[in-house]
Amino acid sequence: MQKSLSIDPAKCTGCLQCELACSYDNEGVFNPSKSRIKVFNFHDQGRFVPYTCTQCDEAWCLHACPVDAISLDASTGAKIVSDQLCVGCKVCTIACPFGTINYNQSTGKVIKCDLCEGDPECAKACPTDAITFVDANWTGLEKMRAWAAKTDSSVQAGA
Amino acid sequence: MAWARKILRVNLTKGTCADEALNMDWAQKYLGQRGLATKYLTEEIDPKVDPLSPDNKMIMATGPLTGTCASTAGRYSVITKGALTGAIACSNSGGFFGNEMKNAGYDMIIFEGKSPSPVYLFVQDGSAQLLDAADYWGQSCWTTEEGIKEKHGDPLLRVASIGVSGEKGVKFACIVNDMDRAAGRSGVGTVMGSKNLKAVAIRGTLGVKVDDASRFVDAVAAGKSVLAENAVTGQGLPAFGTQVLMNVINESGALPTRNHLDAQFDGANNISAEAMAEPRASDGKPNLLTNAACFGCTIACGRVSTVERTHYTVKDRPEYHVASGGLEYEAAWALGAATGIDDLNALTFANFICNEQGLDPISFGATVGAAMELFEDGTITTKETGGIELKFGSAEALTTLVELCGKGEGFGAEIGLGSKLLCEKYGRPELSMSVKGQEFPAYDSRGIQGMGLAYATSNRGACHLRGYTVASEILGIPEKTDPLVTDGKAGLVKAFQDATAVVDSAGICVFTTFAWSMDDIAPQIDAACEGDWSVENCMAAGERIWNLERKFNLDAGFVGKDDNLPARLLKDAAKTGPAKGKTNGLDIMLPEYYAARGWTVEGIPSNETLDRVAL
Repeated sequence: MQKSLSIDPAKCTGCLQCELACSYDNEGVFNPSKSRIKVFNFHDQGRFVPYTCTQCDEAWCLHACPVDAISLDASTGAKIVSDQLCVGCKVCTIACPFGTINYNQSTGKVIKCDLCEGDPECAKACPTDAITFVDANWTGLEKMRAWAAKTDSSVQAGA
Repeated sequence: MAWARKILRVNLTKGTCADEALNMDWAQKYLGQRGLATKYLTEEIDPKVDPLSPDNKMIMATGPLTGTCASTAGRYSVITKGALTGAIACSNSGGFFGNEMKNAGYDMIIFEGKSPSPVYLFVQDGSAQLLDAADYWGQSCWTTEEGIKEKHGDPLLRVASIGVSGEKGVKFACIVNDMDRAAGRSGVGTVMGSKNLKAVAIRGTLGVKVDDASRFVDAVAAGKSVLAENAVTGQGLPAFGTQVLMNVINESGALPTRNHLDAQFDGANNISAEAMAEPRASDGKPNLLTNAACFGCTIACGRVSTVERTHYTVKDRPEYHVASGGLEYEAAWALGAATGIDDLNALTFANFICNEQGLDPISFGATVGAAMELFEDGTITTKETGGIELKFGSAEALTTLVELCGKGEGFGAEIGLGSKLLCEKYGRPELSMSVKGQEFPAYDSRGIQGMGLAYATSNRGACHLRGYTVASEILGIPEKTDPLVTDGKAGLVKAFQDATAVVDSAGICVFTTFAWSMDDIAPQIDAACEGDWSVENCMAAGERIWNLERKFNLDAGFVGKDDNLPARLLKDAAKTGPAKGKTNGLDIMLPEYYAARGWTVEGIPSNETLDRVAL
């Protein structure tokens, strides 16, 4: 059973622990500029929004890659960039509608979220559960539960 | 590792930027940030220098943990000789600027000299240049930050800047980064302005390494758990911010009110955390929009607020119909209780302007409180104030003055002198509620005795962040002591002061110490840094740093008699509340404190003490 990252911006405080964890896992250093997940701070609105790859089934990046450097990890559903194959042409960065695959100047390759082999560091590092890793078929479960809890069942009970 | 091991030295007179290696021998003795930059400053400037002369230097410094995943590890400090005090100044700020400096490859930036014309420093991954700031001189911190990002086409730049107040010499100008985080106290922004340095803009992508990564990650995880499980850092601060204290301190009879004439404020609840969460009549929304975190912080005590759009301050000014940094406890107290004003919208607006124009809201609000007393007793009139009816409780006076002070205009320029010079100017020096020229923060030392000693001996002038005995005396952290007695407070103050010096030198936030003891902190430092950073060695470094700062102040001309409190706190008893009838017992605590520190009766570190702390 596959899992997906589920992001709830309302819970995000903008602390960037996700970016620190992501960069440490992938680069071995603490370096938000090399993070595969990015938190956006809409200062005037007091909103923080973490954003990363949603691992599209029909992934634009995968289809656009001219050297087949992006492949599907069938166990996690992640689209993985092969550093051996990637030539740094950046076509995938143009193809991706969401901007979540990006070029890394220091390696000459592209980087994107690979779900950390099924155990994403960002979700583990998030102190407020703004980022969770949940059943891919039920990313809406917590939202449904929250709305369900607001259902007024007393009308039915009293009828 | 953890340290970038590199300093950027910027000579503003010559317009040069040069790299040099960090002195690692000093790093092993003074850790980083507050301690290490103080070492550099004391080695490089004459302590008697005029703070606003080109011979003063200003250091922006990170700690070894800055930029790592340790909780709250995004801090930087500004170390200089303070414009407000003439004492050592060290103002600490969160936001996201400190980690960017570290990621650009620098532990610290030393500014020396004075630029012939306004400039800003632009730093990118190990390269730096001074650029013309003519377009930004005369602009606010907010306009400057946005303008520099736009000019360079880089929204990821982090910017720290001064407002017009810093350009105009307002004595308590601060340095604002990320729109609403500030190196707030002692006039560090005034020093920056005196150097014709408008801003520092940084982009860093180099990354931060630590010495023993796997041990570090474990120590950090343990620390985060402690913060999450603690009632203050896990629940109280995220939900209510530091404003959780407003009603608590008022009920303790230690909320300085109307320039310390009273120790309780009848309007406290109207400006409290509870009030900030209350839905408003006009739009059904509360003042508080959400909480927010600084870099790496798993507490997230920051407030994001709005001013009610129908309020007189903003109803015709849509540029302020935005969310921005809301009231923290100290600002709410200074802008509110110290002035007798309980209009939450007015205080929130005044706080916005303090951030926009780079004013320390503590010194600003407290100075307005002192000016209100001068006005109420007839020492000054509308003739001096430029027509402002400067009465206690007048929100209109506050919001008018914050804009004038932010621009250094009219009577706002006189408020910008700070309470000490203002009250001296009008022949009433006793009305300045300050120590070493710096205004008190939000705790009345008649109701919290230890804070009187902490204020009197703070190396940067009156300050709650040098030895926060409120934690023990009111909140019971790490253990409860009686706030109304002097017994045991000398040792308590010393212990808090030394531990805080370590925290401020490491790159983390002092608010972690609501939950963390040195047993939680030292393992994180020890794993990140080369050398032995056991609890004992950390505390020894803290005491060393404290004595180094003390030595600077003594060399600058301060003497033991300057470890004092205004007569009002020593002679006029609190009128109401649990501390009714109490004055502060500094005369009992101070000799005990000197003895605990190993200082002479004149407050001078003895030779044995200097040897013991390896100075």
